[in-house]
Amino acid sequence: MDAIKTASLTKYYGKSRGIIDLNLTVAQGDFFGFIGPNGAGKSTTIRTLLGLTAPSDGSAQILGMDISRQKEEILSHVGYMPSEASFYRNMRVRDVITFSAGLRHKDCRAEAGRLCERLELDVNKKIRELSLGNRKKVSIICALQHMPRLCILDEPTSGLDPLMQREFYSILEERNKEGATIFVSSHILSEVQRYCRHAAVIREGRLLVSDSTQSLGHTDTKRVRLRGAGVKLPLELPAMKDVQTDGDSVSFLYSGSPKELLNVLAGLNLTDVSITEPDLEEIFMHYYG
Amino acid sequence: MVMIKHEVRQGRMTLLIWTMVIAFMLALCILIYPEMETQMGDVSSMFAEMGGFSAAFGMDRLNFGEFMGFFGVECGNILGLGGAFFAALLGISALAKEEKEQTAEFLLTHPVSRREIVGKKLVSVLIQILLLNLFVAAVTAASICAIGEEPDIRPLYLLLLAYLILQVEVASVCFGISAFLNHGGPGIGLGMAALLYFLNIIANLTEQAKFLKYLTPFGYTESADIIADECLDVKYLSVGLVFTVIGIGAGFCRYCRKDILS
Repeated sequence: MDAIKTASLTKYYGKSRGIIDLNLTVAQGDFFGFIGPNGAGKSTTIRTLLGLTAPSDGSAQILGMDISRQKEEILSHVGYMPSEASFYRNMRVRDVITFSAGLRHKDCRAEAGRLCERLELDVNKKIRELSLGNRKKVSIICALQHMPRLCILDEPTSGLDPLMQREFYSILEERNKEGATIFVSSHILSEVQRYCRHAAVIREGRLLVSDSTQSLGHTDTKRVRLRGAGVKLPLELPAMKDVQTDGDSVSFLYSGSPKELLNVLAGLNLTDVSITEPDLEEIFMHYYG
Repeated sequence: MVMIKHEVRQGRMTLLIWTMVIAFMLALCILIYPEMETQMGDVSSMFAEMGGFSAAFGMDRLNFGEFMGFFGVECGNILGLGGAFFAALLGISALAKEEKEQTAEFLLTHPVSRREIVGKKLVSVLIQILLLNLFVAAVTAASICAIGEEPDIRPLYLLLLAYLILQVEVASVCFGISAFLNHGGPGIGLGMAALLYFLNIIANLTEQAKFLKYLTPFGYTESADIIADECLDVKYLSVGLVFTVIGIGAGFCRYCRKDILS
């Protein structure tokens, strides 16, 4: 049984495109990154999976349950953290956390207390007094306090300082080791590469690729960096992308023949050459370039 | 119960303010009645000569020299209009406020069905209306005792009941409208309550506009009719009940299928 499985999932808002024919599979126990630029359809996918919007076509299952027919049962096993954390402004943090647990008919006080301590959250403050980062922390606690089997997190680290981001991901890694599936939507590719085992890229509502982050980083494309007085643009190489120059240095993504590359490089007066695997950020640029 | 408790807590300041204002105004009117009673002979004859204006407010058929006549008009203006405004505000914001304040996403991603959310929000609206009316009724009773009046209990009870039903109808219709809104619509709610009030005034002015009484819940809260007949007008009440059911039904139908965008 997969944690998430969509079959030709499609969502239109009137005539506007949301997602088109999305076929996405996330295995149980995975730590999965969902990558795409703003407006690509990441949030639409998540909102459709959670029943906030109804699909226009196709179907989806979460933990083996149909999203249209078993919504409440699905939500009892899911912890969701939206990209923008909004709560009832006049309520105190502890009341929001208790209300969230109450809606789940669960006593989550012990776990909520542990999470508040780790995230250094003052539960006596009113929501309206909180910064974006602290509202995010409330959102994390509401999403995790009931020990969900699947965590769906939409742009979770925006607004969190680097130390809190590390603490947050360490909590997620612990939950993942305990068996929970983690599904993170993000455009911060370094964190997807660091923490996720698998990732999918969505663009203009369509799924481009879904694979292990390791495989996504191992494409035919290489990052070539050259330094030397003799480096003059343009180089006579096809399949060059993302060309960047800085003084006597040139850097570009190359996906053509290695022999052709070496022939061109052999004719240049270079002081330094490096040919490396591009990071996920660069792969992402490659897909969207 | 968690949801209902949450809703009532969220609205407690609004409830407190509206309850206090309406109860205070009603108590004030009742407490000054003995002072006014002595001047009522002149006032009643003056009202009788005012033609359409008196008819618009039902004052042509009420005896200001009697407590119930005085109470009928004052009660109509304070509890009728004030209660309708309060009910309209409650109803119109019940569902729409979650989207306006961007809390819908938080609420609807908990394992609670939309049907349950709509039902519990409706119950909390009704609880708040009931609390206001219970307090106002208690203050009214205490104020009447304080001035030593002993009015007929049945028309008094029917008047208060009619206003309670009016508030339920206004809140239910606004509740239905609320499901179609993405932002809170207090202006729509207050505007609708005012419109319904004025429709009744127009209906009182001319026989040709009498049909408007079927459209407005103020039609069955007419003090002059209730005090004279000692019963509520079933034909207006029945139409009001239909509007109430349509409002609630529309709220359920729309909200259970609605896309929550942000």
